[in-house]
Amino acid sequence: MPQPIVRFTDVTKRYGNLTVLNNLNLDVEAGEKVAIIGPSGSGKSTLLRALMTLEDIDEGIITVDDEPLTHMPARDGRLVRANARHQRKVRGKIGMVFQSFNLFPHMSALQNVMEAPVQVLGLDRKEARERACELLDMVGLGEKHDHYPSQLSGGQQQRVAIARALAMRPKVMLFDEVTSALDPELCGEVLSVIRRLGAEHSLTMLMVTHQMGFAREFADRICFFHQGRIHEQGTPAELFGNPREDRTRCFLSAVNEAQ
Amino acid sequence: MTVQVTFWGSLLAIVSAIVAALGRLSSVPALRWLAITYIEVFRGTSLLVQLFWLYFVLPMPPFNIEMSAFAVAILGLGLHIGAYGAEVMRGAIRSVAKGQYEACQALNMSPFKRFYRIVLPQALLAAIPPGTNLLIELLKNTSLVSLITLSDLAFRARQLDQATFMTLEIFALTLLLYFLLAQVINLGMRMLERRLSRGRMQGGLS
Amino acid sequence: MNLFDWSFAWHILPDLLRASLNTLTITLLGFAIAVAAGLLLAIGRRSRHLWLSWPVAGLIEFIRSTPLLIQVYFLFYVFPNYGLNLTAMQAGILGIALHYACYTAEVYRAGLDAVPRGQWEAVTALNMAPLTAYRDIILPQALRPILPALGNYLVAMLKDTPVLSAITVVEIMQQAKNIGSESFRYLEPITMVGLFFLILSLGLAWFVRRLEGRLELAPR
Repeated sequence: MPQPIVRFTDVTKRYGNLTVLNNLNLDVEAGEKVAIIGPSGSGKSTLLRALMTLEDIDEGIITVDDEPLTHMPARDGRLVRANARHQRKVRGKIGMVFQSFNLFPHMSALQNVMEAPVQVLGLDRKEARERACELLDMVGLGEKHDHYPSQLSGGQQQRVAIARALAMRPKVMLFDEVTSALDPELCGEVLSVIRRLGAEHSLTMLMVTHQMGFAREFADRICFFHQGRIHEQGTPAELFGNPREDRTRCFLSAVNEAQ
Repeated sequence: MTVQVTFWGSLLAIVSAIVAALGRLSSVPALRWLAITYIEVFRGTSLLVQLFWLYFVLPMPPFNIEMSAFAVAILGLGLHIGAYGAEVMRGAIRSVAKGQYEACQALNMSPFKRFYRIVLPQALLAAIPPGTNLLIELLKNTSLVSLITLSDLAFRARQLDQATFMTLEIFALTLLLYFLLAQVINLGMRMLERRLSRGRMQGGLS
Repeated sequence: MNLFDWSFAWHILPDLLRASLNTLTITLLGFAIAVAAGLLLAIGRRSRHLWLSWPVAGLIEFIRSTPLLIQVYFLFYVFPNYGLNLTAMQAGILGIALHYACYTAEVYRAGLDAVPRGQWEAVTALNMAPLTAYRDIILPQALRPILPALGNYLVAMLKDTPVLSAITVVEIMQQAKNIGSESFRYLEPITMVGLFFLILSLGLAWFVRRLEGRLELAPR
């Protein structure tokens, strides 16, 4: 039985009195594509941000590829809070694409993609450049190497951001509402890049999304989030076609009405 | 002489501004307080007082540190303007969007790399307009150095004045020279800004 | 005789305080002039008549980018040749006031620019004379947001007064130097002058910040 590549065990996260993640348990198998849906404020993004170590969790433990991310074994074998060094080591297996792109504005598209491989992985510039070129070609921006973020459309920026994350060769990719900041006509180009990524690579993907159609067609599993925990999960056919819980049904019909 | 003091002074000012701004933003209380003390003391007391302190007090018994007027000028001006620059840098560093930090973490960059590859270039650009004013301030303040007997423009002017009695011409020319130097700084900084911001500020997006 | 000599410090304190009165006089008088002259300069610079706005803009730029020291030298050493004799104190106050007038002019300009266009249009529509318009409508709106900036220049001005010691104005710094050259002790007088400025400018800065806070709370 293979270990899951990402495992959340009893993870709780609070902001003051507000509990955003409530005793959450989630296993993701290697190569699995998981879409996370749910009302805003239900903790979807916090889940991804905790996995990227952008948020500290209060209780529980997150494991990535058999290694604890939030904790590390102390000398006596007990698990203690991970220090920055340990987090950096484990975090390297994860890549993330943000809602607001967060490209580096003072670097061209190519430099954006090359930066981390050169500075973090220590690749030599030639190799990093080749890899960056390939990735930019893959996201359909072969012509735009020397453009700066401000010269690109939102959809193009987001595709650069995807290439930038892929350049680090992550095992797990996180997509945090990657189309929410885009005009509707630009969503398609980003989603088709993600679709190709899923078809051609055995990447594990977790995505928070409001694009129900895309989630249904693309994901292996849908998790419906409510009040800091997974309220219901299943294959797209199960969850969209025949939701068991009232809340899920409620949410889905509200979304359908809006779209 | 004026140009030399301005040049080395600016260099020191920029370095101390960055270091002090980092200290001011540090999460270590001791560093933060050290930076605050430096900034407040150098901003709060008069530049001339600082120059005199360095020039007249330091060589005296408890310290016994004697420096040339040139060194005092650079040290005094650099640290003084640096304290003002620190506040400018602090604002500039804080103006870098939070998303940039998160992107760096997602790419697994070390804090050091994150600062000097990503945050600093963006902060420096934001700091250029107020920084230009500070550099001109520094240039103007080099005139005070004449009061600790360094022969800069202002000092030469006084000397010439006493020797020739062509007071109007001399001081008018001196003023003009300072004005021209200030315009050179202005122009240089604007060119630097254009270079650093290539590719940015054009499209409306991002 | 090694470290800070407290009894000596105590001994020279009255002298320094007496000289500090000069410092404060220069600052307050100079600031009053600067605030008034700066307003005139700002309005001149905004004038529609190019023969007025261009020279004023040039003058402001010029004075702002040349050193105060040379400017007061100019007033003190050049003017007497043309029959205008100023005492050191007069030249000092005038010089520092003019210098800072150019800075306050820019502050006013920012304040005036921030008054919404509609206000200017309303003033024109009501056919107000320029003087009335500025006095009753524009200035009251422009002044409030720029008070903190003006306050900051008051602090800056205070810290620039030692420059005037160069033309023999006996303000606090000059006094400290005199004490130093008589007693060969510089540590106490100069350190005390530093403290004097530090305390005053921290106090003023605190006051400006409070002002800022109150202005932000007040409805606009």
